[in-house]
Amino acid sequence: MAPLLDVDSLAVTLPGPRGPLPILHDVSLSVDEGELVGIAGESGCGKSLTAQTLLGLLPAGAKVTGSARFAGTDLLGLDNRGWQRVRGAGIAMVFQDPTAALHPMLTVGRQLTEHMRVHLRMDRRAATRRAVELLDQVRIPDPERALRAYPHQFSGGMRQRAAIAIALAARPRLLIADEPTTALDVTVQAGILALLDRLRTETGLAVAFITHDLGVLSALTTRGYVFYAGRVVETGPTGALLTAPAHPYTSALLGARPHGTQTVGTLRPIPGSPPAPGEAPPGCPFEPRCRHAEPECGTAPPRLDPVAVDRSVACVVRPHLEVAAR
Amino acid sequence: MTTVQNGEPGAVTTTAPRPRRAHPLLAFLAKRLAITAGLLLGVTVVTFGLVNVVPGDPVTANLSDQALNDPATVAAFREKWGLDQPLWQQYLHYLGNLLRGDLGISQQTGRSVLDDLVRYVPATLELAIPTMVLALVIGTGIGMLAAVRNGRATDQIVRVGALLGLSTPPFWLSLVVLYVFFYQLGLAPSGGRLSTAFSPPPTVTGMYTVDAALAGQWDVAWDAAQHLTLPVLVLTSLTVALLVRFVRSAMLEVLQQDYIRAAYAKGLPTRVVLRRHLLRAGLVPVVTVSGLAFASLLSGTVLVESIFGWPGVGQYAYRSATALDLPAILGVSLFVALVYTLVNLTVDLLYGLIDPRIRLS
Repeated sequence: MAPLLDVDSLAVTLPGPRGPLPILHDVSLSVDEGELVGIAGESGCGKSLTAQTLLGLLPAGAKVTGSARFAGTDLLGLDNRGWQRVRGAGIAMVFQDPTAALHPMLTVGRQLTEHMRVHLRMDRRAATRRAVELLDQVRIPDPERALRAYPHQFSGGMRQRAAIAIALAARPRLLIADEPTTALDVTVQAGILALLDRLRTETGLAVAFITHDLGVLSALTTRGYVFYAGRVVETGPTGALLTAPAHPYTSALLGARPHGTQTVGTLRPIPGSPPAPGEAPPGCPFEPRCRHAEPECGTAPPRLDPVAVDRSVACVVRPHLEVAAR
Repeated sequence: MTTVQNGEPGAVTTTAPRPRRAHPLLAFLAKRLAITAGLLLGVTVVTFGLVNVVPGDPVTANLSDQALNDPATVAAFREKWGLDQPLWQQYLHYLGNLLRGDLGISQQTGRSVLDDLVRYVPATLELAIPTMVLALVIGTGIGMLAAVRNGRATDQIVRVGALLGLSTPPFWLSLVVLYVFFYQLGLAPSGGRLSTAFSPPPTVTGMYTVDAALAGQWDVAWDAAQHLTLPVLVLTSLTVALLVRFVRSAMLEVLQQDYIRAAYAKGLPTRVVLRRHLLRAGLVPVVTVSGLAFASLLSGTVLVESIFGWPGVGQYAYRSATALDLPAILGVSLFVALVYTLVNLTVDLLYGLIDPRIRLS
């Protein structure tokens, strides 16, 4: 069966002040029906731009090549009306900061029902009834009152729950969640993650979960993609990615991440910083920061090659894979 | 007044006192009323002082050369208008009358200043109201269009047009409009409020179009409306030019917001996003500027009123000032101060209507 979302060799170039800037290179990924897929990487690695591309929300002047198919539709060939049909009803999005993503001057009810009425052709009463159900589903107490409230009257966690309800309102099949817990308190994060997982099992919703936090990835997703400088550098089952990373970048990310009882001294920050768009080295983008770099790494960007079942790595050295295989 | 000038709508909630029992809106209004009273008192002091400091003498400004040569006439004039008393006595006298609602008698018209204002203000209102309504609709529309088409040809044309409009002297535009529409095309009357063939309708609001319509005199209403077109056209284009720049920059800022992207991501049609999400959020700064523009229209537009022979507040102010007609100058100053405070109060209340985050309760 074809995956729900199938992205192949996607490349995006944005107009810059000094000529076009390539942001995404050769990105391929897929999400199956009802699957929870993680997309991880540092800020500026192209995760969010991938989401924008999949919703047709790129800034004017962006150039896109490759292919992106969603439920049989060629996304990249859509006109404005076609996009309007896909957005919300096919692919929906939850943004990083619910305070910024909810309109401050419209009631939650209005923001919940307006696209239902467009996509599902519901009248006001039916839409309101569904809105109450949705708010109940995302565990917002007293849904009838919440409908009449404005976003600023909610707490941060409640706002994100409302934003998720809004994203689900027009019955999308894929939800792209762009760092939905980053702007929230740690104590609230777990609740949002549990909510997304519950929604997936209850409604068969597919979720593409974008995060910079590998811990969130392991808690939630079954499969993951690691992005670096606009490329997918490693992909595989989340468990394997985290316990036996094959790409030096993945393992460096894991080493830089505080967890459990670690003290700061044992954390290993990655030296240097990711290349700015348009300034990537000719070879592997991670080569300048890589502890395992060898001369051949600097010649050409490595292809994403399969190394095991469901497992691909874009690295010619693959030091960790050998360790893991032994 | 202060909240608008520092451009911080949030100040409404922070500066409003929080008494335990009174409704917050009432407390807010009471405070504003007190401020207004203080402001008006200040206006009388300043105007009184200024008029007496400027070189020039009401006696010479009002009496003919012949009368000036007669000491008895001059003395009688001084005594009649209280000019022989010390300044502070003149001021206290004026203030006492003011508290009884007496604005004094205009030396120019010989009528009470209040009667004069009642006569001139509606004429200005009749220009200001349609101008503001048209300018708001057109200015918001064009400004939004420019913001949505940021950087493209439409935007460039709008920006150049607004700049041209802002740098056009009102009197020049008035003359051009008169030349084209009255002299060349004969489409509109040259000036005044009504053709000589008609007499003014019975006064209710003082606005001829409204009063004529109320009296069922449709031919008079139509004639008055025709007389309105050219001055309203001039004032509207100038106000639109002012508004467009503010609307454009306000809307551009809103377009950057996540909630606009979120609205598109929900699959809403573009027109819904623009009308419901963009317009609402960009309205707060627009209301601020519109308030100031409206207040300035209400205070009279001397040049446009002069060219179109429109007997409004601007003309009255101009004639009183050149004649050093102190009671009239004070009356106009008080009126203008009152207009600005009322408009600012309305603007502050509108903020609360538009943005629930700064609602008073």
